[in-house]
Amino acid sequence: MNQQTQPLLEFRDVCKSYDRTQAVESISTAVARREFVALVGASGSGKSTLLKTVNRLVDPSSGAVLIDGDPVESLPLAALRRRIGYVFQSVGLFPHMSVGENIAIGPRISGQKLTRERIAELLDLVDLERSMATRMPNELSGGQRQRVGVARALANEPQLLLMDEPFGALDPVTRDALGERVRSLHRELNLTTVMVTHDMAEALLLADRVLVMEAGTIVADETPQSLLHGGGGEIAQSLVAVPRTQADRLAELTR
Amino acid sequence: MSDIWTALLGLGDKLAAHVLLSAAAIMLGIAVALPMAIWASRSPPIARITLGFASLVQTIPALALLALFFPILLNLRAIFGEGLPTLGFLPAFLALSLYALLPILRNAVTAQTNLDPGVIEAADGVGMTFWQRLRLVEAPLSSPYIMAGIRTAAVWTIGAATLSTTIGQPSLGDPIFAGLQTQNWVLVLAGCIASAGLAIVADALLGTIEKGLRTRRRVLSLGGLAAVLLGILAALFVSFGNSDDDRIVIGAKSFSEQYVLARLIGQRLEASGYTVAYRDGLGSAVAHRAVSTGAIDIMVDYTGTIWANEMQRSDNPDRDAMLTEIVDWEQRTSGTNVVGRLGFENAYGLAMPRAKAAQGGVRSIGDLAVRAQSLTIGGDPEFFERPEWVSVRNAYGLRFADQRTFSPTFMYNALRSGEADVIGAYTSDGRIAADDLVILDDPEGALPNYDAILLVSPQASRDARLLEVLRPLVGAIDVEAMRAANLSVDREDDKLSFGEAATRLAQRVGLGGS
Repeated sequence: MNQQTQPLLEFRDVCKSYDRTQAVESISTAVARREFVALVGASGSGKSTLLKTVNRLVDPSSGAVLIDGDPVESLPLAALRRRIGYVFQSVGLFPHMSVGENIAIGPRISGQKLTRERIAELLDLVDLERSMATRMPNELSGGQRQRVGVARALANEPQLLLMDEPFGALDPVTRDALGERVRSLHRELNLTTVMVTHDMAEALLLADRVLVMEAGTIVADETPQSLLHGGGGEIAQSLVAVPRTQADRLAELTR
Repeated sequence: MSDIWTALLGLGDKLAAHVLLSAAAIMLGIAVALPMAIWASRSPPIARITLGFASLVQTIPALALLALFFPILLNLRAIFGEGLPTLGFLPAFLALSLYALLPILRNAVTAQTNLDPGVIEAADGVGMTFWQRLRLVEAPLSSPYIMAGIRTAAVWTIGAATLSTTIGQPSLGDPIFAGLQTQNWVLVLAGCIASAGLAIVADALLGTIEKGLRTRRRVLSLGGLAAVLLGILAALFVSFGNSDDDRIVIGAKSFSEQYVLARLIGQRLEASGYTVAYRDGLGSAVAHRAVSTGAIDIMVDYTGTIWANEMQRSDNPDRDAMLTEIVDWEQRTSGTNVVGRLGFENAYGLAMPRAKAAQGGVRSIGDLAVRAQSLTIGGDPEFFERPEWVSVRNAYGLRFADQRTFSPTFMYNALRSGEADVIGAYTSDGRIAADDLVILDDPEGALPNYDAILLVSPQASRDARLLEVLRPLVGAIDVEAMRAANLSVDREDDKLSFGEAATRLAQRVGLGGS
């Protein structure tokens, strides 16, 4: 396989069990370069666990995860994580570092110093004022914090961006705006993005491809269009039904 | 009030020694606790074991912990050789470090386990290595809590360090123990004020560092740190800056006579151009060990004490035979030099108020044995543990209604107030005459002889001039003179300081002018 046809990310028979429960059951799938994939499912469906096998916050019980054809274990842990952007629900900004220091942390721990100009550019990317760089995390709103989280994930110029319920704790307006921003960053920066969410509407609006998970397995693998046209089976359709019904009701109200 | 000021101003050396001991112990505590805390934060079983151990240590009374290091270090000599000190700084340092461990460890472990899991996930997620995560995230976020633990440890350690006096380490406990011995409350108060003041200052400075870390204000934490280091440097300067190694160290056990005699010897040496330091308040076994290993240079001991406790003998020969054997034994086992008898005896005896003894017709211990079942006996904390007591009890079949322990000073008060009917007394004690007590005869010869003798450590014995200066003390001090000197520091009013009492004693027995 050459560089163009080889998938950027590939799961081969990935299983993960904790004590007696099986969180992920033999999942095999691939994510192509520049694809935006959403992993959707109820809590406990295993979507978050699957995502974390990529940057090895979780190690699979069996099976393999490959990036560019290389198993993720072949790289030192820290080096692997430094080339993957990671955004998650609780953001995890370092409370003792300024916004600028938080954004620059990835390059800093690999021995590079980020210029003030570059920090400003990263703040531009996530629609934050450049003057924010000197503020402390506890002075920011929830939405601003997650924007900083995204900027921090992009600081090492990763090819692959992992997002674990990134907008879960945000209010709807902020959520919508930040979602749009991430979607356009995905395009502008030629990223490959995998996003975990329990919100089917968000997945349909942002992703190129939606994987629906249930009890540790993938039960549907469809484009948003096909899901909206009734594809993907029963479980997927029950998830799609929620935003569709809401949309229908809203439409009725405007009549 | 001016007395307290004078006493406080005389405590410079002790304060410096106290600061250095406490600082060293806290630093070792930190050096041990932090790696343990890191390990414990990665493994719950380790956390349970380390915290359990530290809590267990905390339940041991500080005094006992300090005392326990003497036998421990003695056994460790098998590994580290005879040069390993068993008294003074080392055991105090180790025991206090153990004591400092718990608060630091507990706070560090708690801080680690309470870190926001989101922040830890982020640290891993951005690709930090173990050490980067520790240095960049965990350490700065835990530091205020750890500093709070260090504060607690500092206050505890500074308080407990006063007890290191008993194992031969100079500290602010010296005036407390000396004052308690002679009911000199000015000295006790001065020691308490100094050590409490030190604890308050240390707490405030470490609190400033903590506040600086908590509010991320570098100036505060660095300023506090600088002040702490400055204090330690000043203490180092006082302790070592003007010290010369040929100081002669004179030891004293924890009772008045010993303090006075130590000053008498010290003043004599100073008059001959020696520099002198005192190591006061030593336990009996500790003191003998100290002189035989050279931890102190000179002390006054008693033949009967060495005979029973050091040589483990239970027979009771006459005083000349006993002295000859002791001189030989000291020379053979350690090379300690017995310069000679001072001239008086400070025996253990059983003492009763004269009126009470006459009323009951008690003249000897034999008479006492008949009436003992209705009487209470008092003794100092050592008395009932000593082989002399066992031997006198068995020889006369003594059975008392009650047996009570007092500090030596309070023992005489107990006799006066009737809380005790008879006490284990020291025959050279000034209060025997002052309180009109009689020492009961010992027809069976169960109590051994207690001639005061002058011991010089093997190292100091090489100094011929020193021995020359000490020689005139032999046979110079009679029991009446000693009793008077003891009374002058023990009595409740118009107390003399140990130094004044020593000067008067020297004049009285004709040693003053030399």
